Formats: sequence, C-alpha cells, structure tokens
Amino acid sequence: MTASPLAARQATLGYGRTVISEDLTVEIPEGEFTVIMGPNACGKSTLLKALARMLKPSIGSVLLDGKDIHSQPTRAVARRLGLLPQSPIAPDGITVADLVARGRYPHQGILRQWSADDERVVAEAMRATDIADLSGRGVDELSGGQRQRVWIAMVLAQQTPLLLLDEPTTFLDITHQIEVLDLCAKLHREGRTLVAVLHDLNQAARYATHLIAMRDGAVVAEGAPADIVTAETVEQVFDLPCRIIDDPESGTPLVIPSARARDRV
Amino acid sequence: MSTAHRAPDLAQPLAAGHASAGGASEPAPRSRTGRRVAGLAVLIGAVAVLTVASVALGARAMDLGQVWAGLTDPASDAYPVVTELRLPRTALGLAAGSALGLAGALMQAMTRNPLADPGLLGVNTGAAAAVVTAAYFLGFSSFTQTIGFAFAGAAIASVACYLIAGAATATPARLALAGAAVTAAGYAYVSAIQLMDAASLETMRFWSVGSLVNAHTAPILPVVVLIGAASAVGILLARPLNALALGDATATGLGVDPRVLRVAGIAAITVLAGTATAVCGPIVFVGLVVPHVVRAFTGPDQNWVLPYSMLTGAAFLLLTDVIGRIAARPAEVQVGIVCAVVGGPFFIYLVSRRKVARL
Repeated sequence: MTASPLAARQATLGYGRTVISEDLTVEIPEGEFTVIMGPNACGKSTLLKALARMLKPSIGSVLLDGKDIHSQPTRAVARRLGLLPQSPIAPDGITVADLVARGRYPHQGILRQWSADDERVVAEAMRATDIADLSGRGVDELSGGQRQRVWIAMVLAQQTPLLLLDEPTTFLDITHQIEVLDLCAKLHREGRTLVAVLHDLNQAARYATHLIAMRDGAVVAEGAPADIVTAETVEQVFDLPCRIIDDPESGTPLVIPSARARDRV
Repeated sequence: MSTAHRAPDLAQPLAAGHASAGGASEPAPRSRTGRRVAGLAVLIGAVAVLTVASVALGARAMDLGQVWAGLTDPASDAYPVVTELRLPRTALGLAAGSALGLAGALMQAMTRNPLADPGLLGVNTGAAAAVVTAAYFLGFSSFTQTIGFAFAGAAIASVACYLIAGAATATPARLALAGAAVTAAGYAYVSAIQLMDAASLETMRFWSVGSLVNAHTAPILPVVVLIGAASAVGILLARPLNALALGDATATGLGVDPRVLRVAGIAAITVLAGTATAVCGPIVFVGLVVPHVVRAFTGPDQNWVLPYSMLTGAAFLLLTDVIGRIAARPAEVQVGIVCAVVGGPFFIYLVSRRKVARL
C-alpha cells in the first residue's frame, strides 16, 4: 500500500439502520485533486462525511496518516484536515474578516489567544481567495460566489495540507462555479491535497487529477480522468448513453449525452 | 437578511448614555473592537451605579447619610434594612441577573435558536414541579424550604430534556421539542396539584412570579459560588460556540465536538438558570431579551456576547428590582412582574423592528 494520507478501510457507512456503503475501501492519493462523483444517492457525500470524521463507520475505519481518525484528538485532526461542508451557516452580522478568523480555532487555546501569526495567516487566506477588499463587509451582503470564496478562505486559514469540499459549486451560477474550481485548482498546484464532491461530470473531468466514480455506495472506477471517463464507465455509473470527445479547451474528456437518450423518457 | 450589527442604538436603554456609533454600516474590525471595549466600560459603570441604587433605594426612603450609617453602624435604625435586607438582595440580584443573562446567551448560541431561553430546557417547569411537590406532599411553603427542591427539579428536568432529545445525538431541533414536551408534562402536573390543593396553589402563586424579596433568608454564599463556577465554564465555551455558530459540520471540521460542547453547555445552563430560579422563582424575560440586545450591539462574537450578557443581565435585574421597590411604595412589585412588563413590550418592539437575528 502506498502511504495515503487519508483512507477508508473496509468501512460500512450509514445513518442509523440505513446502510449506504458496505466494505468500502478508498485511498486518497497525496498531492492530487481527487473528485468523487456519481449519481444522486450514490454515497459520495456519505464517503466525504466519513473521511471528514463527521460520520463514524459502524464497521471498518477511516485512517488519517495511517491512524484511526476517531482515535486522534479532534483538534489535532483539524490541523491536518480542513472541511468545507455543503451548507455552512454564517451568523447574522458577521464580517468577512471575523468569519475567516474563525478558521484559526484549532491553532488557538485558552493560553494561546489571537496572535500576530493568526493575523498574518488570515490576511494570507483572504489574499489567496481574492477577498481582501471585502474584509470589513458583512457576509450576508455578499453574492453567492463571494460568499463561497469567504468560506474557502476560512478553511484555508486552518492551514491544513488536506482539504475536503462537499459540493463547493452547488447553488452557484456557471461563472462562479468556474471561479471556485479555478481557485481549487490553484490550491492544488500550491501543494495541497484536495478532495471534492462534484455533480458536474465535465467539470470533474476537467479539474480532477484523480477521479472516484461511485454508484450504489460502491466505487465503480477510479483513476485519472483520461483513463476512466469512457462511454462505458459513464453509462455504467449514470445510466447515460453518451459519446466522449476531447474538450477543445483543456484536452480532457468531455461527455456528450447521446441524442438517443431522449427516446428512453 | 437582517442586519443585527447595524442597530447599535438598540443597546442604549441598558448601556445608558453610550455614544452611538450609528451610521457605520460597515464597521471596520478595529473600530468595532473599540466600540465594544467602550460599551463594556459603560456597562460596568451602569452595574456599579445600579448596585449603589439597589442599596440606597427601597420601600423606605432614606438619604445617603442614613444609607451609609446603615452599612457601617450596626446600632443605626437603617442597619437592619440596608445591611440585612438590601445588601443580600443586591448581591442576589447581581448573581441571578448575570446568571440568567449568561444562561440565555449560552442557550441561544448552543441551539442556534434566537428564541431559545433557559426555560427551553424545562428548568422553570422542573423547579415549579418540585416546589409544588414539596408543598403538597411535605407541607413546605416557605421559600427557604423549597430552594433545594427547586434546584433539584430544574436539574432533573434539563437532564430529562437532554436524554429525551437523544443524548449524544441531540440536535437543536430535538432539544427544543424535548423541552416543549417536558414543559407541557410538567405544567400539567403542577396544574393538577394546584387544583387539588389550595395550599399548594397559594405557595405557587407567590413562587411563580419571581422575586428577590427572600434574599435575606437565601443561602447567598452557595448561590454565588455555584453561579460563579458555572459562569467560568460558560465563558470558556465562547470560542467553541463561535465555531458551532457556523453549523455542526463546520464546527466538526474546525475540531469542535458538538456533542461534548452541548453537554458542557447544558451543564452550565442548568446550574446558572437552576440556581437563579430556585432562589428567585422563574424570571423569564432576562434570558430571552438580554442576549438579543447584546448581540445587536456587539455582533455575533461570543467572546463579547457572553460577558456582555452577564453584565446586562445583572444591570437589567437590578434596575427592574429597584423600579419594583419604588413604583408602588410602600408596597412593592415583584421583579418577575416588572421584568415582564418592561421586557415584554421591549421584546415585541425588537422583533417587529428587525427580523430576529439568525444564529
């Protein structure tokens, strides 16, 4: 086994008695931009929750740096692993700078309050996400795209080598989706390991360096987009007949749903 | 979207005389901090002034010279009134007011519900049920006899709420539902006993309005120690509560275990509100209104909201108690009634003027 920073081992995942995934083993490769994709209810968000320790496997385990993530102090985990959940809540009246500053929580303690180092990291996170000029604004006044960049800045302020993002582009218009994904790609280029759940197959194929395709709680295919985004895999995962062409912009696989697909409705 | 941070003037009635920073629709973090520090100084000043007023003013009018003699000269006429009645009453007002303010702020932060108050955990009902039980089955009727029962009842009710809400799996919504269920059941029990027994009805009639009048017979030292310890725990929760304000998932990502935080929060709230309710009876509006007023001024940072709520709660309870003492001289109006009369309309005004701040 390669040294994967984050992995699920023979994990059974579910909510109460509802089992979503059984005996699921997934390794997140270090330094890659991994995208987990699949149809609705395929278990992709559940897998992300398990990797983020929000959900404890009933059987099996999730390993962070080779050790069970639930046996490590949660604040120590928070210094290794950042999480942007699907619908985070911005308290009323909070400013951008205050929200980003909350990302410093795992680095602070009763005796170690706000420091110059925290100040620097927060400023850096706001610069990286291009929101420095919004710092005094109320988060509730911002557009959806700006708000998502603020949340990403908060997770960046956590200074973790690993970032998990649960559907970071949902509810955004296309321009802001691309903006957020470009930002993710930049964070990846800077050396972070990213894991994101994405809905859009073509965006996944364009931005991911490693794809995990899921269906019915199981991994159907994984690997580089160029290798696994094939007409067969797409049909297998999504039940969607399609053709694959080269994306004229990026050269990555582009999924074109087949015209015949309409006849099935 | 509501804009809680744009209404600094709302804190004015309590932070009396504080220069408004109104008009600053986008307060820069620095000036906001300056404003918060200034506000804190004003609040401390207000609490000090009200403390003096609470010792100096009462059903029996006296000048400051007499008050001073009452504090320093055990032989003076005023000594029994000032030192034996007003001093413990003031101490209790400070302790109970800060406890209720802090408990309300913790409750709202923990449940992310702006309408939550400590009563949501069944604290008031639990205490009432215990008092009525003591009155009916044991024949206890005086305040001092029922303090221990009331505290135990409050604690049992909040633990019951927590367990019914699913213990470690409790969510804010389930806590609110469990609190409503426990409250309904508790009041049914209290009503049933009251209907059967006139003496219990009479005990409850006085207990249920909330008052500081029994302070001189209350165990002030244990009350202050309990509230002080629980306040220290509560204040330490400010930073994890700031993380929890971003949602359970985000809080987990930041290294806060929401389940552990809820247990600590419920424990602190139970001791704070349970102690205050046991000694004073239910005083409902402090825990609900004070955190609203405070957030309108400080913004959503719990590092400020919690200490501000303690001070504002203490100031509010002392103020309403003094008003109750002098409004109907030589009789007095219980603080619970004044709180409701002042707090009720104020709360309605607050809610109608702005949307209730989402937490």
